Amino acid sequence: MARHVVAPVSEIAPGSSKIVDIAGRSIGVFNVNGEFYALINRCPHEGAPLCIGFVLAKFTSDRPGEYRLERHGEMLRCPWHGWEFDIKTGQSWCHPESVKARTYQVAVVPGEALAKGPFVAETVPVSVEQNYVVLEL
Amino acid sequence: MNVTVMDRQADTSAQTKLGIVDCDVHPYTKSPADLDQFLSERWRKLRASIGGRSRSPFANAPNYPRMSPFTGMRMDSYPKDGTHPGSDLGMMQEQLLDLFNVSYGLMMPLLGRAADERNVEFGAAMATAANEWEAQVWCDREPRLKAGVQIPLEYTEAAIKEIEKRAGDRRFTHVMIPPRGLEPLGRRRYWPILEACAANGFSIALHLGGTSGHPSTGGGWPSFYHEEHPSYPQSKEALVTSLVIEGVFEHIPNLRVALVEGGFAWLPSLTWRLDKHYKRLREEVPHLKRLPSEYIRSNIWVTTQPIEEPERPEDLLATCEWIGWDRIMFSTDYPHWDQDDPRYAFKAPLTEEHKKMVFRENALAFYGLE
Repeated sequence: MARHVVAPVSEIAPGSSKIVDIAGRSIGVFNVNGEFYALINRCPHEGAPLCIGFVLAKFTSDRPGEYRLERHGEMLRCPWHGWEFDIKTGQSWCHPESVKARTYQVAVVPGEALAKGPFVAETVPVSVEQNYVVLEL
Repeated sequence: MNVTVMDRQADTSAQTKLGIVDCDVHPYTKSPADLDQFLSERWRKLRASIGGRSRSPFANAPNYPRMSPFTGMRMDSYPKDGTHPGSDLGMMQEQLLDLFNVSYGLMMPLLGRAADERNVEFGAAMATAANEWEAQVWCDREPRLKAGVQIPLEYTEAAIKEIEKRAGDRRFTHVMIPPRGLEPLGRRRYWPILEACAANGFSIALHLGGTSGHPSTGGGWPSFYHEEHPSYPQSKEALVTSLVIEGVFEHIPNLRVALVEGGFAWLPSLTWRLDKHYKRLREEVPHLKRLPSEYIRSNIWVTTQPIEEPERPEDLLATCEWIGWDRIMFSTDYPHWDQDDPRYAFKAPLTEEHKKMVFRENALAFYGLE
């Protein structure tokens, strides 16, 4: 298990994401309203690059003619077949108990702390003035 | 609950060892003007100035979802130059032909709309242009791709001329006929075209798409795309029933028909129903010498996409047994949003023998490929 510096916090604005390759794995790192989450970039249904899909709200309805949009920016829709996943947990909307996109631990760490290690900076240059998104894998 | 989805490993053996045959690949133009080089001046001008007159019911909307630009494309299939998914050969090789070790990809172009065109002379010109485009722009650059002959279905003379023109050209393997004509395909008006297909050694691919102007469901136009998608099997059921009951396979015993983009799990129940009624209504259709199921078993093949995903995945294998493993041919539908990936399409494992048949051998035999 190593901690990988993914990007400066400023690079991934709220509502956006960055796809990174870490240890041979393609992973999407999302900024959901200021908090960071990471999902494997592979849909558990048929293997599509899940993390390039649209980010949406949770859309529900109690009866025909009524609908609700909640949890804005917290759902991800697969770019192939449209399966939806909760970005925070990887849980599938259709099969919440049995289907999950793999998630990874992400933290925001000050550049100052990074300078001390043990982190794998890879291609992201680190300066002490900034905060960084760090992923555990 | 479909608990196997998450834990399943990609089954790559079919493509890495075998070399698969993909029975549904969609090439697109980068621009409609790409066909101009294959149109005469008269039709180039008409295309640019007045345009086609489709039988589509919607003025400004296709009946496919707007989940992505150009409607209904998988989102990672857009060429970097912003043109249409499926229009860039390099990308198609990377995402489909090379990735899955595809030996042959059967092209089902959905452009030109020759079959839908009300101006049948323009439709005939567009069919010819689309066929030249397939052969020159795709097959000549990538011999793994095989072309489908497009025809103006409601203009019999021109359709037969186009079929005869492509006969013997090894780049063409099949004639594309839309599943919804003005009348059900088994009607006598279409027999000359069907005869020409068989006489010239062409299999027929009945690919979903286009519209005759008739509603897509038997009960009228649907409100939702979620209703539209299940109408694909409906149109296939109507086709199979018409072809069988009208006696087409009695009249043209060597006619070979592939149903493309309608799934297949519905076929056994239709077959049972047709056989049941044959025993009761035989007097009405004395031209049928065999049970409907026997004509289906000898003249009809199915392609897999959009594959059914039953709650108990292994149930699909029983369905395949009913249809016959030698009748089922794998298809992706690249680059459409509802395409199937050969590594994951079957949620239950196939035996090595069935894999060989479904992913390769059945299609080689059906399309006369080696």
